[in-house]
Amino acid sequence: MTIALETRGLEKSFGGLRVTRDLSLKVEQGARHALIGPNGAGKTTVINLLTGVLKPNAGQILLEGNDITDLAVHKRVLRGLSRTFQINQLYADLTPLETVGLAVSERLGRGGDWWRRMGTRGDVNQEIAETLGRFHLLDVMNERTATLPYGKQRLLEIAVAIATRPRVLLLDEPAAGVPESERHDILAAVAALPRDVTVLLIEHDMDLVFSFADRISVLVNGAMLVEGPPDEVARDPQVKAVYLGEAADA
Amino acid sequence: MTAVSDVSSHAIARARWRPAEIAFWILALSCAFLFPSRYLIMTDILRLALFTLSLDLILGYAGIVSLGHAAFFGVGAYSAGLLALHGIINEPVIALVVAGLIAMALGFLTSFLVIRGVDLTRLMVTLGIALLLEALAERFSNITGGTDGLQGIEMQPILGVFAFDMFGKTGFFYSLIVLFLLFLLARRIVNSPFGLSLRAIKNNPLRASAIGVPVNRRLIAIYTVAAFYAGIAGALFTQTTALASLDVFAFERSADLMLVLVIGGTGYLYGGLIGAVVFKMLQELFQTITPQYWLFWIGLVLVVMVLVGRERIHRWVLWGPNLVIRQIFGRKAGVAVPESDAP
Repeated sequence: MTIALETRGLEKSFGGLRVTRDLSLKVEQGARHALIGPNGAGKTTVINLLTGVLKPNAGQILLEGNDITDLAVHKRVLRGLSRTFQINQLYADLTPLETVGLAVSERLGRGGDWWRRMGTRGDVNQEIAETLGRFHLLDVMNERTATLPYGKQRLLEIAVAIATRPRVLLLDEPAAGVPESERHDILAAVAALPRDVTVLLIEHDMDLVFSFADRISVLVNGAMLVEGPPDEVARDPQVKAVYLGEAADA
Repeated sequence: MTAVSDVSSHAIARARWRPAEIAFWILALSCAFLFPSRYLIMTDILRLALFTLSLDLILGYAGIVSLGHAAFFGVGAYSAGLLALHGIINEPVIALVVAGLIAMALGFLTSFLVIRGVDLTRLMVTLGIALLLEALAERFSNITGGTDGLQGIEMQPILGVFAFDMFGKTGFFYSLIVLFLLFLLARRIVNSPFGLSLRAIKNNPLRASAIGVPVNRRLIAIYTVAAFYAGIAGALFTQTTALASLDVFAFERSADLMLVLVIGGTGYLYGGLIGAVVFKMLQELFQTITPQYWLFWIGLVLVVMVLVGRERIHRWVLWGPNLVIRQIFGRKAGVAVPESDAP
């Protein structure tokens, strides 16, 4: 099996606080891999390290075998590593059409075109329409993002990431805060992601994790506790202790 | 497939010329014939409009604040002045472009300082650069004429045909044409994928880089373009007044600029043009009523405007014109409003 995304001995400290400890993670090509862990386990830091928002103190990150540890955020995206955000980080003043259009233009290397008007390239329009259609956003494509229902915004969040044509997609709590009535659309969209896209899901919601993932890594205090197939992880006494312990505190 | 044609028509809709825009430019041109005795003040407005358009490109579209935009205005002004004074380039249009390019080069070099840091840092860095240039211009008085400014600039006819006249008629048409051409270019830029990426960066830089936008490179590009615009505005100033003195770099010039853009509204290109007209007219009006304290009234207008909210004022002002336009062009037509004012 080829490895799509790998970390080797990743370390990150904020002052004296070690938030990522010797993290070595391998995500296989085409996998549905979930990264779980209690609050404060350092899941968000891992995402920020993988996407390049933070620089690790030590260790390496490899995308399809190539070292991307020192690559800038936007260059990793062009190499095929995209993410969604836990809290919506969309463009409030842009429409879904413009948001997806921007991602498509950038991927095709046309984002710097300053002479051509938007909407005049057939291939770009075609791809925008397909992406919007797949995520049920065609009917709202010309509305300001800030005015869309929350569920639609979450869908747009995933649509934009997909528009960059990632080979590895990091999904950061895709269903967080979505009302029950709109949840189904999100879960369906996540389930319908193309099989050739490797997905690393960072999630709190155990139902979603166990219905979706074929492999689970459990992160506790910045270090890897357990890794394995879902049934194995569910039976693991250490994992139970962490989650039951957390439940007992709550 | 209808979805694709929907996408393309919605995407292009933003760039389509609206009736109100055409009316605006016809009105601008007709001013030349309506007020033949006011060429000088109208030229002044056009220069200010072009200068503000430059600030709108970086502030309204890319979200870069600046308190030192006069730096590029000044460099453009002195460049045009020196080119003409020493007879290096005698033809005004070529000199204008060269002066703009010199300002552009400075914009490119300083952009690396400006893109670092956030709003407050940017305010200070841009302010600092303008002050530096002002001091340099004063220090090297053998070149710039110091506090006296450049003396004895004589402008040659435009394209060798149209001589500058004492009533400012040539200067007015020259400025109007330059403004219109550069406006067309700006309009093209902001409606392109590049312009879209700028708006995305202004909205959320982190997110922009997360979908593959090279944020810094885009900011450098638009800052450099804006410097070119400001340089051209400065060069127009020198060419139409045959004057270049230290006050082209003055802090007041940068601060006024911000005021003009706030009056007109950011992020729809016309803000700078409308703001320039309103600002100059208010200045005229208040200076006639109270020559000494006109700044007080400008200040009052600004405070009231911020308190009432520009959206509401725009709606009041545009109520009449929109009514007329809708009668003629149908219900959907209307005057463009700034992005931040859209419902």
